[in-house]
Formats: sequence, C-alpha cells, structure tokens
Amino acid sequence: MTVSIQLEVNGKPVQAEVEPRRLLVHFLREDLGLTGANIGCETSLCGACTILVDGSAVKSCTMLAAQADGAAVTTIEGLARNGELHPLQDGFWEKHGLQCGYCTPGMILSANYLLEQNPSPSDEEIREGLKGNICRCTGYHNIVEAVKYAAERMS
Amino acid sequence: MYPAQFDYRRAGSVDEALGLLQEHEDAKLMAGGHSLIPMMKLRLAQPPVVIDIGRLDELKGISEAGGGVRVGALTTHADIAASDILAASCPVLAEAAGHIGDAQVRNRGTIGGNIAHADPGSDLPPVLVLLGASVHLQSPSGARSVAAADFFQDLLMTDVGEDEILTHVDVPARNAGAGAAYLKFEHPASGYAVVGAAASVTVQHGRCTAAGLVVGGVGAVPTAVDVSSLIGADLSDDAIATAASGLDTEDPLGDIFASGDYRVHVGKVYGKRALAAARDRA
Repeated sequence: MTVSIQLEVNGKPVQAEVEPRRLLVHFLREDLGLTGANIGCETSLCGACTILVDGSAVKSCTMLAAQADGAAVTTIEGLARNGELHPLQDGFWEKHGLQCGYCTPGMILSANYLLEQNPSPSDEEIREGLKGNICRCTGYHNIVEAVKYAAERMS
Repeated sequence: MYPAQFDYRRAGSVDEALGLLQEHEDAKLMAGGHSLIPMMKLRLAQPPVVIDIGRLDELKGISEAGGGVRVGALTTHADIAASDILAASCPVLAEAAGHIGDAQVRNRGTIGGNIAHADPGSDLPPVLVLLGASVHLQSPSGARSVAAADFFQDLLMTDVGEDEILTHVDVPARNAGAGAAYLKFEHPASGYAVVGAAASVTVQHGRCTAAGLVVGGVGAVPTAVDVSSLIGADLSDDAIATAASGLDTEDPLGDIFASGDYRVHVGKVYGKRALAAARDRA
C-alpha cells in the first residue's frame, strides 16, 4: 500500500505517495533531494538527521513520512533567506564550529530550536540543548561559541 | 535501516482505533513512534499493521483531576517536563521526563508509548510506581485502571491487553511536607538509565511519616525498596544509606555495559542520593 501525504517543506507545498515504511529522512533525501539531513547512527542517538517539524526539533530517522502528513518541515536548506546565511550558519562559519561537517545541519537545527525556546542560553544550557547531537570531530567547544555568536545576533 | 513492510492506518478517534485493533490481528499502536520505530528498524518488531494514534487530541494534555493530575497518553515528554500543573503538584514526574533522552526525543516521545513499551531503562516507570499512579486502559467492553506497580509485568511486558488502548495516567498530588527526587545514572550513548532512582520522603512536625524508593534498571520491572526503617527516624545520611542498601533483586539485569552486580551497587548509591535529595526538598 501507499499513503498520500501533503506537507510543507521549507515553505513549499509537497504532495507525494509514500510506502508506509518510508522514513522521513529518506523521503527528504531521496525523494526531494534535500540531502542536508544526514543519516548517521539510524538509532535516534546521533542527531545528524535533526530537522524541524512544526517548529520542534525531531530526529527524522525515527519518524515515518506518513506521520509528517500535514506538517511544516524545515531542513538546513530552508534556513538561509535571500542568499543570506542564517545567523547560526554564519556563527558556525565564523567560530569554526565544524570540521568534517557531518553533524552540522543537525547541530544548527537543534540550536535553532533551542534559541526559539531560550534566546540567550548559558553555555550549560547550550550543551544540554545540543545533547542529542553528537560530533565525532570533538568540536563541541567551538559549536557552543557558534551558538552564542548567533544568539547575540538574533537578539 | 528500513522497517519491514506494514500497512498503515490512521485513527481519527479512540473508538476508531479500538475498531482497527479488533479488525487487524497483531496490529501495533503508534503514538510518537520513539519506542516502536527503533524496534521495527531493528526488526525486533514486525507488525503487519501499524495504527497511528498520534493525532488523537482527546489523549493529549495535562489537567487537574480528582485531587491529582491526569496526563493524557499522547502527552510528550517535553510537555510533561514543562508543565506548570506538574511543577506545582508533582514536580518529580516533570523532573524525570526532563531527563529522558534529549530534546528531540522528548519532542516526539509520549508517556503512553513509553510505559506501554516498558523498557527497563526507561525513566518514567520507577517514578510512576513510586507515586502510586494509576494507568487507565480502554477496550471495546469498557474502561479499567491498574496500579502502576501492577502494570509493569516483565521485560517489555505490561498489563495492556490486545484489544486495549492506554488512554491516560492519573498521578496523586503530593502531600503536604512531601519531597521527591529522581536521579539517574545515564548510559552516555543511548540516554537510557543504567540505573534510575525515584525517592520520596514526607516530613511532618519534624518527623518522617512516609518514605518510598523505587529503582529502575536493576530488574525487569521497577524494583521497590523497603525503606520503612526511615519512618520516625532522624533521616540522617547514615539512616538513609542503610535504608537504600536494602535494594535487592533476585535476578538483576546485566549487559555489555553494566553487569547485574554493578547495577545493584549503583542502584544503592543512587537510591541513597535520591532519598537525601527528597529529604532536602521535604
């Protein structure tokens, strides 16, 4: 069987027929070509697949595309506005918040959610907010700096 | 990793979900999917039909009810952790929900899905047993409730019948003079509790009148510890340590990360710390 879904992805309406077992991350990457959400651990631990669903950070490897029917989804591809990087993207650039970059889209979307909830977080709150995102290049210090940089510019 | 193929049905009401359960043998209910989807991806679960109940607003939300607090089965961990009602009436439940996984997991995972899955490393079960919560179930033949202590039956096994849906959890409001705490020794990768200790202490007129300790992670189901020695006692650190050292289970869980003996040891240490924290809040 297939399931009809209609959703909004980065502000654009999308309509599709998906297999029930189609995971949202595969739908985004393979059907829509939005490869920013990465597939890391596949067990909802690493956070590389983090996106926003109706404004909340979620792990798209642990959600069916069918569950996203009717939702508004934001991926890393949807953050820049009119060719201008989002302050978080700018912050990761300026503060060297990435090395290999694999975790970065998930880090930025988790940080985006965090700053929506808490516009001026402490270092500890940033680390707690990013607990569900793992970086294996040991870049956490600069990631925290990048989020603080963005928080200052967004306030 | 893909789940095995399955048919997907979305229920628009509890009654419709109950009907779908009757119609499809071995169907599984899905709330947020944060226990079921990982199981399906690992092919530990291969239900032929998944009934998505995630949109049933009637099962969402936190309200005051009957002198306690009612938490709908589809309430997310994030909403429980941020609830003003729970902060006032039952802060230990909000505290435990805030320890679950990470922000993304808390945004999707629900209390109903969590306890129906009954992972021994889950944070909510020991707290619900400690609080004397009741779990409410509905079937085509009616509704019933079961005490949390009886709800968890074995590893990943609960009292939910094949034709039943978990609708809500009722938690009694805390008594005057009661303090409670949940402390967790967390697996650094999974976020599950290796050991989680939920404790409560009630102090009235300077005397301890009630105390409880329930530890998760050491046994297949939450393990209650007899801490009645604290009633009437001075609640010194020594008295608390002695009470917590009563943690015992015949067949402790062990895995590659933590042996059974180690879990029991850590359970005693965290039990002591949780009781001390509960005392300090009483």
